[in-house]
Amino acid sequence: MSVLRVVRWGRTSLRYRPRALAVGAACALLALALGVLAVGSGEYPLAPADVLRTLAGQGHPADAFIVRDVRLPRVITALAVGAALALAGALFQSLTRNPLGSPDILGFTAGAATGALVVIVLVGGSSLALAGGAVAGGLLTGVLIYALAWRHGLHGYRLVLTGIGVLAILTGVNGYLLTRAQITEAGRAVLWLTGSLDGRGWDSAGPLLVALAALLPPVVASARALHLLELGDDAAAALGVPVERLRLALLAAAVLLASFAAAAAGPVAFVALTAPQLARRMTRAPGPNLLPSACLGAALLVGADLLAQRAFPGHLLPVGVVTGLVGGGYLVWLLATERRAGRI
Amino acid sequence: MTLTQPSETRRGPVARPRGPRRTRGGRGAARAAGLLAALLLLAVVVVLSIAVGAKQLPLGTVWPGLTDPASAQYTVVHEMRLPRTLLGLTAGLALGLAGGVMQALTRNPLADPGLLGINAGASAAVVSAIAFLGVGAYSGYVWFAFAGAAAVSVLLYTVGGGRGATPARLALAGAALNAALLSYVNAVMLIDAASLDRMRFWTVGSLASARLDVVAQLAPFVAAGTALALALARPLNAMALGDDSATALGARPGRARAGAVVAVTLLVGAATAACGPIVFVGLIVPHLVRSLTGPDLRWLLPYCAVLAPVLLLGADVLGRVLGRPGELQVGIVTAVLGGPLFLHFVRRRRVARA
Repeated sequence: MSVLRVVRWGRTSLRYRPRALAVGAACALLALALGVLAVGSGEYPLAPADVLRTLAGQGHPADAFIVRDVRLPRVITALAVGAALALAGALFQSLTRNPLGSPDILGFTAGAATGALVVIVLVGGSSLALAGGAVAGGLLTGVLIYALAWRHGLHGYRLVLTGIGVLAILTGVNGYLLTRAQITEAGRAVLWLTGSLDGRGWDSAGPLLVALAALLPPVVASARALHLLELGDDAAAALGVPVERLRLALLAAAVLLASFAAAAAGPVAFVALTAPQLARRMTRAPGPNLLPSACLGAALLVGADLLAQRAFPGHLLPVGVVTGLVGGGYLVWLLATERRAGRI
Repeated sequence: MTLTQPSETRRGPVARPRGPRRTRGGRGAARAAGLLAALLLLAVVVVLSIAVGAKQLPLGTVWPGLTDPASAQYTVVHEMRLPRTLLGLTAGLALGLAGGVMQALTRNPLADPGLLGINAGASAAVVSAIAFLGVGAYSGYVWFAFAGAAAVSVLLYTVGGGRGATPARLALAGAALNAALLSYVNAVMLIDAASLDRMRFWTVGSLASARLDVVAQLAPFVAAGTALALALARPLNAMALGDDSATALGARPGRARAGAVVAVTLLVGAATAACGPIVFVGLIVPHLVRSLTGPDLRWLLPYCAVLAPVLLLGADVLGRVLGRPGELQVGIVTAVLGGPLFLHFVRRRRVARA
């Protein structure tokens, strides 16, 4: 358990943990550094110093085109998707009180995938329509799971099981939509289902950035109440937390974050699961660790995208393949250690 | 003893010694009759599965179509409907039994080979075999399916066999494994477009591509798994009381567990290799059967073996009716029908209290 410090200005005070602060700052720096590296790498390589100079507006005009119009949107999308997914994962894991309770495992991102597949296969719309379908699908699934799991209040375990049931149904539906598609559409659909950042421009980053900017402050402000909620409903209610209202609001925020992230890059696997867990182990702080998780998620996704583009020369893998494989290995390790600790 | 004896004598020689025996005999007869009824139901579904399809056969022509080579329906029945029906029969039996054994083994009412990712393990192995090793025939990739199913069942067993594992946690671990394996399968399909075209039909679970030689290759594995599962009913029954009591009753928990994992692997691996991952059959059938037979595995497992094919073939027939003029793959029908039932279990019972 790490040290807790308090700063006071007159009547207001702020509690913080030095270690968590340091880890969060380090993760944010790592994410930015990886972002600069990602902007600099590709068919036309740029040194990190050149990238920084170009971003500051003092570079070569040709560099400026490549950086601002070609590579920066992709990297910004990656950072935002990673942060949004990790934040959603941290919220879900805290609300379900389970290290495996992340939106991709509980069917929320599968709902977004169903929405997007409907657009790809049945409507055949543009990328904007696809994003809209994904957000609508994710939100509908969220409402459905909440309604089904609600019974005299919402319990973590029932949310988990309802989510798994809905996930299984949606997997069947997604498989059906995939068999309905023409082979070219099926390729596009599988690419989207895996999660990919190829060809992402400012138009895909925009809605996600707006959602992130709107949701991040209230979510982070409620971190303390969320921490109290982990003590149990009764204890939290006794300490003045409006339990059901807070839970509904945070669930809605998490579903929105996951849906917008899925709309931008597809349901990238395992970032939402791993980032909060890794962040918690690094900060050694109790509670949801929201900001460190978000920074680490951004770093993870940019790093995974960099790896996916560079690992196999000649093959541009979608980022979801890398996160899926790395996350799968991590998951097995998590299962083994958590079992030993008796938490799974 | 001295304290309880007077109260028993005071109650007098009620029909107590005779009562249980009579009800037990009566329940045995009822269970046997129920099993017969289930077999009849199975026969009805088999006939429907042969008759219903793109070309509707009148029910009266099913029998001549099966037996009389001169009949007009002989080709349709033997080339299309019979292999498919036999495959559904075998795969359904395998999945239902595997579900029953897994629920007993993990003492977990939510255990299902599909939900826990064993199907997905077999899929991942088969997909790798198709894409990287160029394996094309059932006889080739059934071994990969076994390897994948075995790896996941051992992994899950080490996770879920612990005393602290609650149903919800085990289901969650399985869902996470499912997600990992699914993303791997997607990745392989993306790299190799040709196998994508073949595998997108395989990965939803379908009986449509059934051939008689595949069924013949599948049958020995399922037969071995079935024999093993039925032989394990008694030790697994004893283990429901806990390992210590089971040992005291003469069962060997370690051996029974290893046998159960082998049986599940054989059944699920063979079924998945033949028709792709099919979820919920292994979950729902044991649940429905338990309300008929009670928890005794010596009755539960045979009932599962008869009723699971009823469900699978019924879902397949439904898929052919609903999807006309094409068809809905059976894996989709079971997922879409089984999911709500699963949700109903979760809502109604406190099975999952973590």
